[in-house]
Amino acid sequence: MKNPLRSEAEAYRFLLGTIVYFGAIVLAAVVGGTWWGVGVFAVLTVVALFWFFQRDDLPPPPKTAPRQPSAEDETRILVIANETVGGVKLRELLRERSEGVREEVLVVTPALNSPLRTWTSDEDGARAAAQERLDASLSQLREAGINARGEVGDGDPLQAIEDALRTFGADEIVLSTHPEGRSNWLERGVVDGARNRFDVPITHVVVDLERESEEIR
Amino acid sequence: MEAHAHPHGEHPPTANVSSRVDARVLGMLLFIASEIMLFGSFFTAYFFIRVSGDDPWPLPPFHLPVFIAGVNTAILVTSSFTMHWALQSIKRGNRAGLQAGLVLTFFMGLTFLLTQVTEYARVGFAPHDGAFGTIFYCLTGLHGAHVFVGLTILLFVTIRAFRGHFSPEHHHGVEIGGIYWHFVDVMWIVVYSTVYIL
Repeated sequence: MKNPLRSEAEAYRFLLGTIVYFGAIVLAAVVGGTWWGVGVFAVLTVVALFWFFQRDDLPPPPKTAPRQPSAEDETRILVIANETVGGVKLRELLRERSEGVREEVLVVTPALNSPLRTWTSDEDGARAAAQERLDASLSQLREAGINARGEVGDGDPLQAIEDALRTFGADEIVLSTHPEGRSNWLERGVVDGARNRFDVPITHVVVDLERESEEIR
Repeated sequence: MEAHAHPHGEHPPTANVSSRVDARVLGMLLFIASEIMLFGSFFTAYFFIRVSGDDPWPLPPFHLPVFIAGVNTAILVTSSFTMHWALQSIKRGNRAGLQAGLVLTFFMGLTFLLTQVTEYARVGFAPHDGAFGTIFYCLTGLHGAHVFVGLTILLFVTIRAFRGHFSPEHHHGVEIGGIYWHFVDVMWIVVYSTVYIL
């Protein structure tokens, strides 16, 4: 829902709209009688509601750039992964990226939650589950010799990226998802959304956990 | 080469603050939602009284001072214009404009409130004179209470303006006060249109 009173200027425009709205209703009722007033009220209400829900005047989110440019022999990678955070393919990619440079990896695991739980701020369970996956992933990265730290992020992966970029100047973002057909993020267009929104190179890694577990067996 | 998460063992975890919704925007949204519900409950009672009974409105032999209230409405609407002018002035670095706008807004709001008090003294009926009197005083009184709160906010904002607390970059106090004042004005237009005219 868009709040029409986010600033004084918007509240002022809302006031002008209210004057026009009620002025027209009162004028119709006084000149034409009660039913004219009701008619104008109905028409204006429908028009106002249609305009309010159809308008799309919110500015697009700004592209967030890295705050601190890295040194030449240093690379900072932001990894966004949830269930695939422990995937072998993701780990291999990070190891590959870390060769010959001083790497700094920040792994952000979004705390996936249902909309109802999000709205009621019932996030403890989701955050605890995300933290567990993150801890396991970080220990695997440590075993692989990768300098990584991690944090649990917002349930919306794009918001989690934006939050992380405010404090972590990434040179590259690695987005890890399930394969197409099993990935909720791909279905929601998270990868394309991230490419449009952030001015940082983005690598998409598809991690097939089922195949990986079969290969291990 | 070291991997580490953020442990929470030694002290409480930091609060999770998402930047998805700005706290001030969310606060204003929740505040206005609560105000709409408050006014909505009074308007529900008002329309119930108007629709359920066959009695004319206002109940004879009483008359509502439509003209005086209309002038009062014009004063309150004008005070919103001066409030907007005040904020636009400080955004352009015009402190004199900010101060003049705020003083004018404050005195117009005060005029509105004093006129309403005078109207109460002369209207000829009391809150205990049936449902008609009760809902009239409740609706206009509730709005009057909001005007009083708005005037208090305006007073502090005006004092701060004369002390030079606001600049083109920092004028959040004027902005929030302005939103509240416009909201009060919008509610009065609804009250005046429905109670006095229709």
